[in-house]
Amino acid sequence: MSKTLAIDTSSFVMGIAVTDGERTLGEITTNIKKNHSIRLMPAIDNLMKEVGVRPKELDEIVVANGPGSYTGVRIGVTTAKTLAWSLGIPVIGVSSLAVMAQTGRFFQGIISPIMDARRGQVYTGHYQTKEMLVKEVASDCLIMLEDWLVYLKELNEPVLFIGQDIELHRAMIMEGLKEQAHFATGSMMLPRPTELARLGQKMTDENVTHTIVPNYLQLAEAEVNWQKAQQEKDSAND
Amino acid sequence: MNENELILAIETSCDETSAAIIENGTVILSNIVASQIESHKRFGGVVPEVASRHHVEQITVIIEQAMEEANVTFADLSAVAVTEGPGLVGALLIGVNAAKAIAFAHDIPLIGVHHIAGHIYANQLISELSFPLLALVVSGGHTELVYMKEDGDFEIIGETRDDAVGEAYDKVARTLGLPYPGGPHIDRLASEGQESIAFPRSWLEVDSYDFSFSGLKSAVINKLHNMKQRDEEVKIEDVAASFQASVIDVLVGKTKRAVEQYEVKQLLLAGGVAANKGLRNALEVEFGSSGVELLIPPLSLCTDNAAMIGAAASIKLQRNKFASFNLNGNPGLDLEQQ
Ligand SMILES: [Zn+2]
Repeated sequence: MSKTLAIDTSSFVMGIAVTDGERTLGEITTNIKKNHSIRLMPAIDNLMKEVGVRPKELDEIVVANGPGSYTGVRIGVTTAKTLAWSLGIPVIGVSSLAVMAQTGRFFQGIISPIMDARRGQVYTGHYQTKEMLVKEVASDCLIMLEDWLVYLKELNEPVLFIGQDIELHRAMIMEGLKEQAHFATGSMMLPRPTELARLGQKMTDENVTHTIVPNYLQLAEAEVNWQKAQQEKDSAND
Repeated sequence: MNENELILAIETSCDETSAAIIENGTVILSNIVASQIESHKRFGGVVPEVASRHHVEQITVIIEQAMEEANVTFADLSAVAVTEGPGLVGALLIGVNAAKAIAFAHDIPLIGVHHIAGHIYANQLISELSFPLLALVVSGGHTELVYMKEDGDFEIIGETRDDAVGEAYDKVARTLGLPYPGGPHIDRLASEGQESIAFPRSWLEVDSYDFSFSGLKSAVINKLHNMKQRDEEVKIEDVAASFQASVIDVLVGKTKRAVEQYEVKQLLLAGGVAANKGLRNALEVEFGSSGVELLIPPLSLCTDNAAMIGAAASIKLQRNKFASFNLNGNPGLDLEQQ
């Protein structure tokens, strides 16, 4: 049997799971705005002690590697890659949006996990269930919600929105999609760390321990400004 | 202290990703430093988000290199130490979480280190420290006179009230049109110029060991502005020499008074600005033949590096001052509470 530790700190939800093959040994989900950097390692330590798994017994680490809060994702990825490297086991990165989308496994239609990205933008993706597996249909993206709703409207299928940030945009979604729109409720809104572990187990080890980095889906602001300045310089020289 | 006490140290407080293995707090078995300076140059300064991204990319590679170069395994380690603060919070978090992961995975004691304690203890890697001592800490973020009556005991007797020395250098360099980082350029130009402009010396109150460099910085900027308006030829070597003379006068003057008042055995220079040749020379002239022993680390130990963090951590290891898994990056960490 293969023992997996799964870590998700890509939003203010902190999720940790320890699984043994198909079996969930334990999971922790907190939904509070407290510091991941302080709480993550003590929580991993506690959970692993509770379920009786020692670090050296782990076979792999799975981490939600974004998109999401830059700092949050970095805490998760740094912890995961350093654990994996120092234990000599693989680390597997899984889309934070894919984890959220798992909630929609029994939904007939488009599954759209949503994370707010400020200034009218969202991180989202187009997922759909095929043969009981939630599959990515279109790549995760950073997009104006307005534009995303136009895309969904044209597909003319029911859409399930998943994620707590939907509350920020519910009115706009309702207006854009009317009865096409459905919303996950209760614990379905939260990413489940066991689903993260399950997704990771299905993926192959790409030998990325040193190279795994967060998938930010956008450049740092300073980088964007610098590139813009370079382009202006280039066109001025033409 | 038992023989062969080995510390893995990690430093990510600003724009250097570094890891080191230190033996018995004094011997460097490895000290790997990956500088991000080439990346930040284009922005004219360190961009925190960009720094954090580079740290995540580099962290395990650098730690692995440090351990391989020192030929050390996790089982050999007595502790894993990491810079806890001060610094850029997002950057600190990478080192802190990596250190915690290693400490957890291999059941190794964890030590949080103050970045400035690290700069001071860089000196322990070149010579034995004798107390009481005084440390002049000068870097991009700090300008402090620290009195130590014994190991691990830090009293800040003076600090900057506005800009750190390094900051003043960078701002003046920018005004002179020099590339980032400007400190080394000013130092080089100063050695080629004459002190022809009388810039003010900011002594503050008679008995104060505090510093202030913002007035000097403004004086330089105003002077340049006036010279340009009057179409006077600006000889930047002379501006650099005059600026640097003012900085060094105050740094050395206050340090000399503190050395005498506190009757210290050693004077330590610490921090990135310790690379400044003008400052090194002035201190050597002032203290070279005095009763106090002057310690100046080599350049590689003045700028940010993990070896110095390992040296400072050895004091905490001797005293069993360990951190728990809730260790966090703390940009406002207090040196005197260490
Ligand atoms: Zn420093």
